[in-house]
Amino acid sequence: MTPSINSLRSGKAIYLALGLLALALPYIITSKYLLHVVIMCYMYAIAIYGLNLILGYTGQLSLAHAGFYGIGAYTVGILTLKLHWSFWLALPAACILASLAGILVGLISLRLKSHYFTIFSLCVGLILFLTIEHWDSLTEGVRGLIGVPPPNPIPLPGGGSIVFTDLNAQYYLVLLCLVFTIFVMNRIINSMVGRTFMAIRNSEELASTIGINVFTSKLLSFVISAFFAGLAGALFAGYIRFLGPPMSHPNMTFEFLLMLLIGGQGTLAGPLVGALLVNTVTESLQFMQSYRYVVFGPFLILVVMFFPRGITGGYYSLKNRIRLKKQPRAAHKEAPPVLAADHAKTKSEELRG
Amino acid sequence: MELYFQQLLNGLTLGSIYCLVALGLTLIYGIMHIPNFAHGHLYMVGAYCVLFLCTLYGLNYWMAILISMVILAVIGIIMERLVFHPLRDSPPTNSFIAAVGALLFLEAGATVLWGADYRRMPEVFDKVVNIFGIMATQQRLVVIFSALALMGALYLFMKKTLIGSTIEAMSQDREGAFLVGIDANMVSMMTFGVASALAAAAAGLAGPLFLVFPSMGGLLIIKAFVIIVLGGMGSIPGAVAGAYILGLAESLGATVFPAEYKDLVAFILLVIILSIRPTGLFAKEGR
Amino acid sequence: MTLILNTESLTKTFGGLSAVSTVDFNVQKGEIMAVIGPNGAGKSTFFNLISGFLPPSGGRIVFSEEEITGLPAHAVALKGIARTFQTTHLFPNSLVIDNLIIGNRLRTRMNFMDSIFKTSRARREERESLDNAREILDFVGLGEAASRPVDSISQEAKKRLAIGLALATRPRLLLLDEPAAGINFNETESLMHLINKIRDSGITVCLIEHKMKMVMNLADRITVLNYGMKIAEGTPGEIQSDLRVIEAYLGGNEVA
Repeated sequence: MTPSINSLRSGKAIYLALGLLALALPYIITSKYLLHVVIMCYMYAIAIYGLNLILGYTGQLSLAHAGFYGIGAYTVGILTLKLHWSFWLALPAACILASLAGILVGLISLRLKSHYFTIFSLCVGLILFLTIEHWDSLTEGVRGLIGVPPPNPIPLPGGGSIVFTDLNAQYYLVLLCLVFTIFVMNRIINSMVGRTFMAIRNSEELASTIGINVFTSKLLSFVISAFFAGLAGALFAGYIRFLGPPMSHPNMTFEFLLMLLIGGQGTLAGPLVGALLVNTVTESLQFMQSYRYVVFGPFLILVVMFFPRGITGGYYSLKNRIRLKKQPRAAHKEAPPVLAADHAKTKSEELRG
Repeated sequence: MELYFQQLLNGLTLGSIYCLVALGLTLIYGIMHIPNFAHGHLYMVGAYCVLFLCTLYGLNYWMAILISMVILAVIGIIMERLVFHPLRDSPPTNSFIAAVGALLFLEAGATVLWGADYRRMPEVFDKVVNIFGIMATQQRLVVIFSALALMGALYLFMKKTLIGSTIEAMSQDREGAFLVGIDANMVSMMTFGVASALAAAAAGLAGPLFLVFPSMGGLLIIKAFVIIVLGGMGSIPGAVAGAYILGLAESLGATVFPAEYKDLVAFILLVIILSIRPTGLFAKEGR
Repeated sequence: MTLILNTESLTKTFGGLSAVSTVDFNVQKGEIMAVIGPNGAGKSTFFNLISGFLPPSGGRIVFSEEEITGLPAHAVALKGIARTFQTTHLFPNSLVIDNLIIGNRLRTRMNFMDSIFKTSRARREERESLDNAREILDFVGLGEAASRPVDSISQEAKKRLAIGLALATRPRLLLLDEPAAGINFNETESLMHLINKIRDSGITVCLIEHKMKMVMNLADRITVLNYGMKIAEGTPGEIQSDLRVIEAYLGGNEVA
């Protein structure tokens, strides 16, 4: 019992430290460029959390993710630029629209078995991309949407306002959304709803014999995943302020996939770790920007082969191995006594991998 | 009316190319149960092979295609050994992701080696022939008839050779094939080899009609998937029928829809079909 | 005694071949019913029909006076029928206790909003699911192994756990597909003990089994299938002396 409480405490301390670091970051790193990279990482991470829910926790590989990301971004872009909506209204509208698209796509595709679903989602991804690329009157096609306004200033009670042309303000906005995303994911994953998703990932057949409606559960997971893709896209629109069709191309999904796989699918930290790591590596190796897949492609294959749960998953299994070694030998013959506190905190995902 | 015949001919040409690519994909799917997302990129590599063999080494067009088929067969086998074989017992999504990794590698590799610009293959059969009032370049006829010849060869291979019939047996009944002692390793290597060679042949035939560039396989592979889904995933006659249906739908669709929506035809077709019949158009019940 | 399950001329054909044909079958509340038959007799298909994995081609299935023909698997589970599989199906990468917690999902009403806001309903249901899991774990004799990874427990313990998962849904009828497959003689004894215990707790049991000694000792009644058809039904004593049954087993070169 003691070790679990200790690790809980140390866990909390680590989260607190990381939170403080994230809050103080704009004052620690002075380089605007670096802060920009971090903002992009957070933004990608939000989208990847969505992908993680449907792939990592529910076991369905969706290749339409960038399509929903594009829907989120273009919704904000079109509503603010052409219809002069406030960003703060366009943002929820983008999330809702992406979710609605998710419902529509999911209703058709999630009935299909795993291969069909993946192929179908790839086609959906391409349809969304081609639609954005060709619907000139709405999306400006290949020219792209130029000059999307930044989020409207928020007036402060004591006079003055938060202006989003300021990089720091953008940083905190994206950070807030990231924290929201992680919070929601954490709550979902550690609940019966999350257990339902994981049951489906492990065996759809078995899940249905214990009364789980596999289809509606997958649909829920898929829609939540589309919601977060939409959120990330919406933030992108308000931050980068230029939208081009390539952001919704399946290649973007592949990029998300790479970050997720390296960070660790089916883990809570995976998406953030993957986004930070892959982007910093890419940014620091600018010269190989366009060729990076010569390295990342084979790397993706190796990760799937040897570390199917990425860095985070690898870390957990290492930790568990150490924990098992520490336990007395007798523990292998006789199970250790089971304590209520242990149960409540068992996270099945920690022992997987 | 003449326009429609013209489009019919174009549709048959497209369908022939799709057919050769989709057949390879079907074989792989039937044996390994992997949607090999990298298959279209093997087609791309095949196109470059033919291009370079013709332009740099001045090889005869047919020789170039033949040699590319051999090269691609080897690449396909290597891919099977290095990527898919080690993953055969892991969850299916892992193989899909590995296929995506292979695709990214091939595309980036081609860009590094040969640049991102579009290239054109020299035309070999550039004469225009007049068949009952329809003008057709010889190349289109070459594509249509060569594809038929290759399909015939594939049919003979599957029916008359031991390894071919083993592939067929295994694609129909995996467990059963193990029981009668089929060497599964050999079969999956051969399948990848044959499938990749077919992709190279398709690329060589299509080469003079279209442009050659590193991402040329991206759209094609998705169309090939649409085809094999149409054909019921793993059914060879289904894939052939699906390929011609898609080729004709696209070229005839071009007479109705604006040209820029041409590529959407395939995907919308897929969405409609899967919404109505989730197991494909030609799938047998109970699978 | 009242009927809990009965089928009326239940039929399943695959491309013209019938795997199960016109089977009339019934299970009384509170009994242990065994389904036996040579390999390929259609026993597993029969279970798949009842549990909703396959839609029947013809006939009806009635479960406690309610027609369940054609319901999908999860809906059948909701009605109160649980099942296990021939090859042990578990969630292999999680803890023993985690495997059972999810078994209570069908009794919970919480949706994802509840889980995000940790509503009182969510808390209550999480607690109930954990309590349920622990109770079942004790029932199947795995209370000690609760926090061990599934991979680390014995084959026999996995069988118990798989049965436990089915029990965690609190079924009224439990279908066991070859529960004793792949375990040795001594372990069979304890498994029989568990099955009796399940029946004594008020759950009706219906099982497919090849180990004849176990079937004869355990079952109240036996139904025999051959080539998808029911050829006999009765008490173990009646079945042992039934000529058609002996013929079916000998004719199929099957030594039970």
